Amino acid sequence: MFEPVLLKNIDVPDSHLLSTYEAGGGYQALAKALREYSPDDVIELVKQSNLRGRGGAGFPTGLKWSFVPKQAGKPKYLCCNADEGEPGTFKDRIIMERDPHQLIEGLALSAYAIGADTAYVYIRGEYVTAIRRLEQAIAQAREKSYIGANVLGSDFKFTVHVHCGAGAYICGEETAMLESLEGKRAQPRLKPPFPAVAGLYSSPTVINNVETLACVPHIVMRGPAWFRGIGPDRSPGPKLYCLSGQVRKPGLYELPMGIALRELVEEHAGGPLPGRRIKAVIPGGVSAPVIPEDGLEVGMDFDSLAAAGSMLGSAGVVVIDDSTCMVKVSTRIVEFFHHESCGKCTPCREGLNWAVKVLRRIETGEGEPGDLEQLEMLCKGIFGNTFCALGDGAAMGLRAALKHFRDEFVAHIEERRCPFH
Amino acid sequence: MTMREQIEAAAARYPDQRSAIMPALVIAQREHGHLPGPVLEEVADILGVERMWVYELATFYTLFHTEPVGLFHLQLCDNVSCMLCRAEDLLRHLEEVLEIKKGGTTPDGLFTLSTVECLGACEMAPVMQVGNDYHGNLDVVRIDALLESLRAMARQVETVEPAAVRSPGK
Repeated sequence: MFEPVLLKNIDVPDSHLLSTYEAGGGYQALAKALREYSPDDVIELVKQSNLRGRGGAGFPTGLKWSFVPKQAGKPKYLCCNADEGEPGTFKDRIIMERDPHQLIEGLALSAYAIGADTAYVYIRGEYVTAIRRLEQAIAQAREKSYIGANVLGSDFKFTVHVHCGAGAYICGEETAMLESLEGKRAQPRLKPPFPAVAGLYSSPTVINNVETLACVPHIVMRGPAWFRGIGPDRSPGPKLYCLSGQVRKPGLYELPMGIALRELVEEHAGGPLPGRRIKAVIPGGVSAPVIPEDGLEVGMDFDSLAAAGSMLGSAGVVVIDDSTCMVKVSTRIVEFFHHESCGKCTPCREGLNWAVKVLRRIETGEGEPGDLEQLEMLCKGIFGNTFCALGDGAAMGLRAALKHFRDEFVAHIEERRCPFH
Repeated sequence: MTMREQIEAAAARYPDQRSAIMPALVIAQREHGHLPGPVLEEVADILGVERMWVYELATFYTLFHTEPVGLFHLQLCDNVSCMLCRAEDLLRHLEEVLEIKKGGTTPDGLFTLSTVECLGACEMAPVMQVGNDYHGNLDVVRIDALLESLRAMARQVETVEPAAVRSPGK
């Protein structure tokens, strides 16, 4: 029987307060680590757990931490990526609003492991409630010595600062986030060097997502075997799934990694709206290629979704029913990426602008023969040729829509109208 | 605290003053409602950084407004999850009842209407942000009730200067 841990507190009254967190066993993992484990021990625990980053890329967290040089001669930084901007995704907001101490404990453990004494939480500016609660929680944690000069009487010192973003999706890309933290326009950096070697202020920096960090206290407290025992071997652990769109029970669900997409949508989230049937599902935020209804048996984990031609991404699951025009959905998604392109590289900046123009004319019944081939050509020109993954996300999504729902695009062009209106 | 004191306190969190530009712009926008050129220059001067660095951030990030916005900035999300839950119908309704187009401000300076990319609250789609607050699961009835409550709030303010007033909670 699966037992939720990441969301166990969120419906408790005053779940955002320190007293509530402590009553549920909060900060005991930090105390245990400082008492029993060296920093290397904590890295080893996380490695053994096989925790993979919940921000989208799925890189092994312990391995990332081990890349930080032991003797850097510079301060080391921990950055929490809380700039959750992937459409369909809201899991990190819920953690920060309703259980911010879980994140702070994860930050403290992670900083202890990598040898950082300062962390910045880069949080999107729209999340006003989350920002306020996180700042309150930081102050409460400091008063009780969970962070500060001598954490729980140890030699470990640790400071957390909240840094607010200001409305740029590209800040979710880790090097763009570092640029933004340094007070520049958020444009991605060339890698290598990777942030673990030269990140914030050219210092060794680890960047982890909110959900990833929230997993760490549970791994320290319950052990890596417990974590590995949940879900598939290669992508284990509890997972937060964001359900939205045309589904009866939208919301945030904590379930094992690897659960079947059909079970998630039809059983946990209640299935399609009355009188409708599911046509397609975007499984991991709008960067993730859409999956048609007959593919919903796929497991919701990094490897299964990759094998099915999509990706877990942020686990922002968007449900689309049979009343909806896929040309319209595709156009809106590409418009989003076009709007959010930072403008640094030509394939993304110009290619997405071009793709939006073609899609808009198809959607409004002014499409021309050859438009679909032109869109495919644009996807080919963008994918793999951009500075960061933003252009790739747009191209992958559009390619999948053209592959699975080509008949709808063709109908728009041939009938010179949207068949859904 | 004065704006300068707030900015200096924020800057103390960073080893490099340039990192404090975004926090400083948030503070300045809260103080002034928007960020005209002289305010951007004041921010640069307080931090002792190049003015161009401040200008380039103020124009890159969408939450910074270099032009005035109304007392209530209605930011309706129309990204995919909200679109699937008929956000465009709500946009049409807002344009109709406010008698402005998207991007416009009502003549009395009360409302500016915008659409925004994902607000990260897709579980309560369609959703709109007004000042610091999210309003979710919206429909026409709820929108009308919200507008009325905002108008009632505005009536409690003695004078509203068109398009130059501070956005609440910003």
